[in-house]
Amino acid sequence: MKAQQGKEKVIVLENVVKTYSMGDASFNALDGVDLSIEKGSFVSIMGPSGSGKSTMMNILGCLDRPTSGAYWLDGQQVADLSDDELATVRNKKIGFVFQNFNLLPRMSALQNVALPLTYAGVPLAERLRRAKAALEAVGLGDRINHKPNEMSGGQRQRVAIARAVINEPAILLADEPTGNLDTKSGEEVMKIFAAIHEQGRTVILVTHEPEIAAYTQRVIYMRDGRIVQDETRV
Amino acid sequence: MVWESVLIALESLRVNKLRSILTMLGIIIGVGAVIAMVAIGLGVREKVKGSIAGLGSNLLIVTPGGVSPTGIRLAAGSGTRLTLDDVRAIQREVEGAIYVIPSVQRQYQLIAGNQNWTSSVEGTSPDWLGVRGFEVVSGAFFGSQDVDARARVAVIGQTVALNLFGEVDPVGLSIRIDKAPFKVIGVLGAKGQSATGSDQDDIVIIPVTTAMQRLQGVTYINRISIQAESETVLDQVQEDVTQLLRSRHRLSATMPDDFTVRNLSAIMEAAVETTNTITLLLGNIAAISLLVGGIGIMNIMLVSVTERTREIGIRKALGATYRSILLQFLIESIVIGVVGGSLGILLGIGASYVISYFSEWQTFIAPWSMLLAFSFSVGIGLVFGLYPARKAALLDPIEALRYE
Repeated sequence: MKAQQGKEKVIVLENVVKTYSMGDASFNALDGVDLSIEKGSFVSIMGPSGSGKSTMMNILGCLDRPTSGAYWLDGQQVADLSDDELATVRNKKIGFVFQNFNLLPRMSALQNVALPLTYAGVPLAERLRRAKAALEAVGLGDRINHKPNEMSGGQRQRVAIARAVINEPAILLADEPTGNLDTKSGEEVMKIFAAIHEQGRTVILVTHEPEIAAYTQRVIYMRDGRIVQDETRV
Repeated sequence: MVWESVLIALESLRVNKLRSILTMLGIIIGVGAVIAMVAIGLGVREKVKGSIAGLGSNLLIVTPGGVSPTGIRLAAGSGTRLTLDDVRAIQREVEGAIYVIPSVQRQYQLIAGNQNWTSSVEGTSPDWLGVRGFEVVSGAFFGSQDVDARARVAVIGQTVALNLFGEVDPVGLSIRIDKAPFKVIGVLGAKGQSATGSDQDDIVIIPVTTAMQRLQGVTYINRISIQAESETVLDQVQEDVTQLLRSRHRLSATMPDDFTVRNLSAIMEAAVETTNTITLLLGNIAAISLLVGGIGIMNIMLVSVTERTREIGIRKALGATYRSILLQFLIESIVIGVVGGSLGILLGIGASYVISYFSEWQTFIAPWSMLLAFSFSVGIGLVFGLYPARKAALLDPIEALRYE
């Protein structure tokens, strides 16, 4: 499991439990998860629906707090931060890529990509310069002023990836990033993830497609809120 | 960050043009109504003030009266201390007094042909016409040369003319006042009853010198009427007249006045108060429409928050804090208030001009009403935007991202 022994860990989960209660009934979406992910790894999390992988994604992405347990992200304990502190962590350390792109429809590609920098307090000129460079890096240098609805699905997802990496986050979290794409666009997007990984970033994918998971070095299988299999390919 | 939020807000208003305009319309109409209504109210006040000034509200009346050397106080007007020299002195020395007219008055029997009638005969100067607001409908009023010459000329009121001459034009005919013959040189226009019920047309006006020396044989006058330049200088004129008469009458500091100066400003005060109430009432009605406009803002902002739940979720996922989301929506509603308020001021000014053009009412646009309505609309944007903005800022990012 720990093939790259001694490498710095970007994510450490210790006995993380997430309980949802509905009226009197309650169930554990995450039921005591222990996990550590090294910096610079390319990981996929798989599992059927209801296995807790979405909850895992929310916890890892600091969109939600675990009910109990500890979570160190990039050396910082984030399990019991306030809402605003979590927002800052999301801004600085996490890049999100969603299945349905989640771009702001009224903004141009450039404005969408620059948005995280706004909340980081970066001056406007620098924001636009960096956003333009990020779009060029995903091959959309000629589309910077297009609105999302003027682009194809693959292009939109590339805008979303540019937005996710603009703040140079510690981890890149992608939730079914190819779920809404045709095969060809999906392959392009996966190549971009691979390239980002090549640059030394930590990339975590949540997917139920084995072909997508095949791009990654390590595959974590989940079922009923637990990690049931964790395989690392060399 | 704030400036950027303003830009984002303006952009969002631009994208939803029709909705933004409809939302702002509430504020525009509200602010416009406040300004126009206050302008009308103030215009009415000026108009009422003008008409009351026409009645003689800028008038000071000096009557002899006060304490006689024996300590007995005489009825006002019956003293003997006011003279024509006092009148001339006031005319000469008191600034702000446009007309100063003397008055001696007594009831006499009038005879013309075989008719007789008893009326009040008043001796005064030519300025009487302007001060009392009478017109001469036939013939002319006497001039200052008639006063100097103690001429036996008379100008008669409508009631006197009717009773002595019937349908005949009396100008050029003669009447007897206390047996002395006078020539009628003019007839006054009708003025009707006074506020106290006396017939203002039942008068005969003659030169003051004629009345004093030829009719009554007195050296004093009954009354001095002073018309001040405007309402604002009234108090100063009253003060100056009092000082001047005290020094002319050689009263030492400890002695009380031997005359009384009264003014009619009470009427003006009552009228101004009434029109102020009207202005306030109109302004309040308009303010209610401003409030309704504010509720419109809240409504639209709530719709906007719901509609943009997903956007809020995305922004939060990318690191927007409570404060930045709150600020974004708050600024949006304040921008509606500011833009709506500015357009409302233009509408209010325009409406005031249109109203005064078509209704011939004078309108007076008060800067304070603009300032008040504008700051009120910005405040309304703030207050009614706060709840929706808070609602947006408190959204759970996971729920918001899942929202379809």
